[in-house]
Amino acid sequence: MSTLVAPNSPGLSVRRDVPAVEVKGLRKEFRRRDKRAGRFARRRMPALADVTFTIERGECVAILGQNGSGKSTLVRLLSTLLINDGGEARIFGHDAFRESRAIRKLVNRVSVEASFFKKMSASENLSYAARFYGMPPSQTRRAIPEILEKVGFPADRRTEAMENLSRGMQQKVALARALLTSPVLLLLDEPTTGLDPRSKLEVQEFIKDVRVTHDATILLCTHDMAEAESLADRVGLLDRGELLFLEPVEDVKARYGVDTLEQAFFAATGRAFEEEANEDDEYREVFG
Amino acid sequence: MTATGVGSTEPARSAGTGFAGAGARTRATLRQELIGLGGIVERNIYLTKRYLLWDLAFMVWTIANTLTIVFIARAVNVPPAQENELATKLLVGAVIWAFLGIIFEFVTETVAWERWEGTIEYTFMAPLSRPTHLFGMGAYAVLYGLIRATILFFAVAAFIGIHIPNANFGAALALLGIASFSFIGIGMMTSVLPLISPEKGAQLGFVAQGMMLVVSGVYYPVSVMPGWMQAIAKISPATYALRGDRASIVDGAGLAWADVWPLLVIAVVAIPVGLAIFRAGERYAKKHGKLKRSG
Repeated sequence: MSTLVAPNSPGLSVRRDVPAVEVKGLRKEFRRRDKRAGRFARRRMPALADVTFTIERGECVAILGQNGSGKSTLVRLLSTLLINDGGEARIFGHDAFRESRAIRKLVNRVSVEASFFKKMSASENLSYAARFYGMPPSQTRRAIPEILEKVGFPADRRTEAMENLSRGMQQKVALARALLTSPVLLLLDEPTTGLDPRSKLEVQEFIKDVRVTHDATILLCTHDMAEAESLADRVGLLDRGELLFLEPVEDVKARYGVDTLEQAFFAATGRAFEEEANEDDEYREVFG
Repeated sequence: MTATGVGSTEPARSAGTGFAGAGARTRATLRQELIGLGGIVERNIYLTKRYLLWDLAFMVWTIANTLTIVFIARAVNVPPAQENELATKLLVGAVIWAFLGIIFEFVTETVAWERWEGTIEYTFMAPLSRPTHLFGMGAYAVLYGLIRATILFFAVAAFIGIHIPNANFGAALALLGIASFSFIGIGMMTSVLPLISPEKGAQLGFVAQGMMLVVSGVYYPVSVMPGWMQAIAKISPATYALRGDRASIVDGAGLAWADVWPLLVIAVVAIPVGLAIFRAGERYAKKHGKLKRSG
């Protein structure tokens, strides 16, 4: 990754004396229809409730949670796509809700959906995305083939429309897009969900490689406990908007006196991890 | 505070200190915004290339639709010279309708399009200022719209056999270019609609486009409309674009200040208002979780 070119980021500075991510009492609510209370009635539904945690620079932290637990809401808040209802979030000292321009230069994201212009090729999608970060054609001509090669994307498919690529291939391009801009904070929102086992392994290996070769702090949101355990320094559990713990896996197991994270989840919530989401969880999943 | 580079790869760029440093930072920011604007145009060029056949079909449809309007002149029992003038005036109206339609479609669908493709979150979390984002869409729309309008005008004029020996195409194009700024400003206002209402927003944008043209005298003089509609016509940029372009194409008139200054005033008002409305809409969407893909 050492050959990657950083974007032009005028006036951008990354403080070393502050945590990479500092979240204090962060709250987010959504309003949903309440048919029982009347046709136009709405009620507030917490998506995140007083979430507090810190991630140090260079750390990889995994946040586990079921569908609708608030993982994506957290990622969207940190990537300036949502505005909070309370509390605060700082990224390298910058207020995530008041200094969104500064934050956007520092953060990039890989989500569960590939999110590309489907008729455009991998190279074209990466090219225009890089322009948004100030990378001119002279930079991307070299950087795009390099990053695509690095994620294991075949050179002969660079000009093929994204709609003709498999999910695994598309997710590699999504990783390439995130890393092309050399973010200091990488937000991974279920990056391996829906991938076949081989693609999943490749993406996980790449994330490990990024940790070694790239000075990036990683926040990984996932519902894959094995993935969290193998990739992260610390694991947190988000349950219905509340962060129940965030600590090294061994400490979690010791805290609940259990052998696995599944058992820890049961001990912490009284529910099995695979248990189906309720109606509110589904709503959070859609709007968060 | 210690500055480091983005990622591990490069040291931070020192922008200097004092006035010189501020100047360097301004230049660098401007450069970054221009590259971003170029990125929007570049992306739309890629998409136009990929959807070329669709564009061709749309062009054929627009030509056929314009012919149905311009043939009305043939059905009116007037001397040939008047028939030619009527056909030309109808053609100018249809071409400006098509041009405005493209600008509104591009700018209004800035949000709807990205929501459908699923890229909306990535675009809105990129460090590109919203004015640059919207102007990039507008710039490509003007470029694309002018090419389409030119093809449409000459294809229909040739088919019908319109004689316009005195036409001042330079002045007509220049006025359309000036009018584009006001069109983009108004397009920015309507582009917020899909942000607030993902399901109905784009359709409301088309309603706004239709209303603007109805009051602007697209196929008839403004004077035939009721007084209240004539009052609204005064604040519509399409009124001045239609009047000026008709005068340039039919009579060979040059750029008339009487058409230019209202367009400049409307642009100066519409662009900042459009940006402010879009910002407010973006804030609302972020507050209520509406800045999301649709599929």
